[in-house]
Amino acid sequence: MIEILLITILSLALYGFALNKKKAKVLSEINILHSQPHYHGLYTAFLTIVPAIILLISWSFIMNIIMGANLKDYFSDITDAGLVEFYTNGVIDYVEGTTDAIIDHVGFIPAVEYYQSLQKTSSILQFIVTLTLALILFRYSMRFVEVQFKARDHIERVVVIIMRASAVFAIFVTLGIVLSLLFETLRFFDSVNVFDFLFGLHWSPQMAIRADQVGSSGSFGAVPVFTGTLLISFIAMAVAGPIGMYSAIYLSQYASDRVRSYAKPIIEILAGIPTVVYGFFAVITVAPFFRDLGAFLTFTNMSSESALIAGSVLGIMIIPFVASLTDDALTAVPKSLKEGSLAMGATLSETTKKVIIPASFHGIVGSFLLAFSRAIGETMIVVMAAGFAANLTFNPFDSVSTVTVQIVGLLTGDQEFDSPKTLSAFALAFVLFFITLILNVISLSIVKRYREQYE
Amino acid sequence: MTEQLKLSIKNLNVFYGDKQALYNINLNIMEKEVTSLIGPSGCGKSTLLKCINRMNDLVEICKTDGQVLLDSKDINDASQDPVLLRMKVGMVFQKPNPFPKSIYDNVAFGPTLHGMTNSKEELDHVVIESLSKSGLYDEVKDRLFDPGTGLSGGQQQRLCIARALAVNPEILLMDEPCSALDPIATAKIEDLIAELKEQYTIVIVTHSMQQAARVSDRTAYMHMGELIESGLTKTIFSNPQHQKTQDYITGRIG
Amino acid sequence: MNNISSRNQSEKRFQFYGKVAVTLAISFLVILLYNIFSTGISAFQQTYVAVKLDIPASVDKKSINPRSYLNKSFLEMFPPEVKSRNERKAVLSLLSKGAKYEFQELLEDNESSSLQGYFWFLASADLDMYIKGTVKRQGDTAGRLDEVQMQYVDILESKNLVELQSNKYLFSAADSREPEMAGIRGAIIGSLYAILIAFLVSFPIAVLSAVYLEKLASKNKFSDLIETNINNLAAVPSIVFGLLGLAIFLNFFNLPRSAPLVGGLTLALMTLPTIVIASRAAIKSVPPSIEEAAIGLGASKVQTIFGFTLPLAMPGILTGTIIGIAQAIGETAPLLMIGMVAFVVDIPGGPMEPSTALPVQIFLWADSPERAFTERTSAAIMVLLVFLVLLNLTAIYLRKKLEKKW
Ligand SMILES: Nc1ncnc2c1ncn2[C@@H]1O[C@H](COP(=O)(O)OP(=O)(O)O)[C@@H](O)[C@H]1O
Ligand SMILES: [Mg+2]
Repeated sequence: MIEILLITILSLALYGFALNKKKAKVLSEINILHSQPHYHGLYTAFLTIVPAIILLISWSFIMNIIMGANLKDYFSDITDAGLVEFYTNGVIDYVEGTTDAIIDHVGFIPAVEYYQSLQKTSSILQFIVTLTLALILFRYSMRFVEVQFKARDHIERVVVIIMRASAVFAIFVTLGIVLSLLFETLRFFDSVNVFDFLFGLHWSPQMAIRADQVGSSGSFGAVPVFTGTLLISFIAMAVAGPIGMYSAIYLSQYASDRVRSYAKPIIEILAGIPTVVYGFFAVITVAPFFRDLGAFLTFTNMSSESALIAGSVLGIMIIPFVASLTDDALTAVPKSLKEGSLAMGATLSETTKKVIIPASFHGIVGSFLLAFSRAIGETMIVVMAAGFAANLTFNPFDSVSTVTVQIVGLLTGDQEFDSPKTLSAFALAFVLFFITLILNVISLSIVKRYREQYE
Repeated sequence: MTEQLKLSIKNLNVFYGDKQALYNINLNIMEKEVTSLIGPSGCGKSTLLKCINRMNDLVEICKTDGQVLLDSKDINDASQDPVLLRMKVGMVFQKPNPFPKSIYDNVAFGPTLHGMTNSKEELDHVVIESLSKSGLYDEVKDRLFDPGTGLSGGQQQRLCIARALAVNPEILLMDEPCSALDPIATAKIEDLIAELKEQYTIVIVTHSMQQAARVSDRTAYMHMGELIESGLTKTIFSNPQHQKTQDYITGRIG
Repeated sequence: MNNISSRNQSEKRFQFYGKVAVTLAISFLVILLYNIFSTGISAFQQTYVAVKLDIPASVDKKSINPRSYLNKSFLEMFPPEVKSRNERKAVLSLLSKGAKYEFQELLEDNESSSLQGYFWFLASADLDMYIKGTVKRQGDTAGRLDEVQMQYVDILESKNLVELQSNKYLFSAADSREPEMAGIRGAIIGSLYAILIAFLVSFPIAVLSAVYLEKLASKNKFSDLIETNINNLAAVPSIVFGLLGLAIFLNFFNLPRSAPLVGGLTLALMTLPTIVIASRAAIKSVPPSIEEAAIGLGASKVQTIFGFTLPLAMPGILTGTIIGIAQAIGETAPLLMIGMVAFVVDIPGGPMEPSTALPVQIFLWADSPERAFTERTSAAIMVLLVFLVLLNLTAIYLRKKLEKKW
């Protein structure tokens, strides 16, 4: 039904396009039109399609709400709102054909029949109304083919509106993130105290199946998760910081152009490798390496999921971030400063340490912050190489867990949607989002202020 | 000389944000004459020129008040369409800016855009005519479909003139059209201007006093956003009324 | 006054640290790639075992039960002492569970001809690993192959009845519980659907908003807000986009779980800021004199944008888009959130069908306790890396080709 409708409207629009274009073309043989013929054609096409499509979409949306609300009446004997929702969804899924499961309830079959009949009426009405609208506007637009008619201006106004909407879309994405995280997080705080979450020292989100089991309540003190995240990220920075920074210094100050032109892109390849690959690398290469090393040095208590493994692989991944951002900062320092220092007899390393790095200090700090925020938010490496048990420890040889590991663990596999266990993942994600956002805002503003300094 | 008024600027003030760039300008431009605008750098010549075809609309912070009457109609009037205006008032810029397209497509751009031709032959005709008018046709007739960006600087500027002429404008604005060119190319453009004024009203901004003297019928001298004096070029150069004009012409202000 | 020679010493030391850092960074890359390639290369081959068949043309192939017939034929190849239940089980487990499907296909393809002589059938993963040398013989056993199985393996080897052939399953099958039958076709197709959708959604929105911000928006608080917003969005951890997809597409719009459609939409939101930022840079680099010329001839702003600005900026825009798409192809975390992590044995027929994606398949296999999946994981990674290299080469090619001089 809807396909036929769409095709009809589309053909009508195409026809209108051709018709009006032709009319305008005839006019243009003797006059200079304000707008070229094809704009007149487009005008009709737009007028035929756009309002009709808007009507179509909003129609479906409104009808779904109305139909869903009426379906509930068939299950009025059930008190549990969640169950009613489950049943109505069952009816909808059944009618749509996504499932052929019949729910055992007296209201089910009547509800299905009601839903089917309503759907039928709705789609017939929708067909008629939409088509009528398209026809009326089609007819209406025919009147406008005139020398002075500003078809182009009208169309461009629509195009600009579409562009503006695209630009505003990014804001809606952010809003979507904030609202969806916030909404679930607030629901989580209905059952768990905010302070217990932020300052509690014990994290074991597993809820018991039966009420009489030990530890049935689950505990949601996220501090061990936060410390685990910090521990791993600091280890990563301890790897990436020096390597990235010394690489950047070497490549920007010492290396010949030839070496630089090869080495820089090669290091940047590290940033292009998917993180799941690093995770695999951690498991099959780095973990055994550390295990052997541990055995050699007679460390016996090293966990195969130790923070050291995840942290160092994460560190390898963020080397290019540190390196290229630091490189940007170093090369932005005016040449005159460097030359001035060298001319006074300073060696290149002294110039770098005493003049160039201080002059680009903001940029370097910004790059470290950005890299750190990357490390905090990285998921796959830690999911594969770190543990799920959140231990409160700062020993790099122990197994710790991170925010992202917990989110993945809590939201994959079987999940009941409303339990505090699943909701806690959103609370963690909210904290993650918030922290990375702050880090980014700070580092972007540092970098920006620093850049202005040399402009 | 026909002595017919083509364009009349009345009490024009222009602001860039809080900064006023033009103060109460009054200037008449006669049909089928060359008027040159001279004055020290930053005095508002380009600004004034851009007011004539509303290129200033592109500068967000730019506000104008006063009147610019083209054939006695105010071009800033709400009912006036900037597109139609720019068809009537063409513009050539300081630095040659051919499109990264073929020579042919460069010239054909305007006519196609405005749907001024109804057939390929007509379009061909317009392109060839415009190129001939700008004196470029003989030089490029074998390579009409080569990129316009491959021409020499002077040729590029004449291509830009051809491109402007193809829309069949009434007025041609030129903002220091020779400042990026060598003396030989400059001479060609000056000859061209002399030919074009048979058909078009031309307003040219120039830095060179000699050029103004050579090509223009009338000259307007501007200083710090004000129009100091305007009149027949001969008079201005031989007998300037204002001290400032005299200083500038004799090279004391530059 | 500082001693000159100690200053020179420190200069040398500093430079040395720099060299060490660069060398370390590069050697990490080399080690990583070497590891992946050395473990993965063997997955492109697969062990096959020859089974002697003797089916005359006259036999009705439909009357043959592939499983029992194949088992019988295989057992008959060995000396008569294969009698005890345990030994029979040991021998038969050298063949893959997939062997009977191969036999069935063989029967269907040769309905009226005879099948006589040796035919090759897929070996089990345990045998495969031994043949490839992934597991070594230790005493009488090798990995999971026990003494009894090893006896028969030796017999097969001595008669040249085991060999490595190219791996047909890797590129034609979807996931499977049996490592030797598992392939990445399903995952590749899932990834392609998701990427296509991500591109179709994010490219137009990103380019239009970039043009709007660069060319049409007046510089005010609001455009600043959009700008900061996009810059920050680019740095939001990818898993957060996964949660957004979960909350919006699955829970609010009730789209199907595990579908490439949802994966694609989620990835689209993630790549959007990357493309916007690259497009803005490309648009900024278009010389304004060309736009001015067009406007001076009476073109409207919109006409100038679509006629000049965008075509001239296109090489840069496309390069940025390809970089964004390359990121999205390798992205795993958001897909886990929207359930593309399911075990899917069917190759998806459309973007609404349950599916996994290549990086998720890598994650699943890497997580599997079956050691035989390790080489396949590496092979899948090799395929993923080849995709990424191809994309980047395309970006370079497009750049060269579309770049015009002005
Ligand atoms: N886009 C602009 N924004 C702000 N100020 C401008 C802009 N364009 C020109 N101006 C200012 O207006 C004055 C006149 O400039 P212009 O017309 O370019 O002078 P001329 O062409 O005579 O050298 C100058 O002081 C200049 O700084
Ligand atoms: Mg100027």
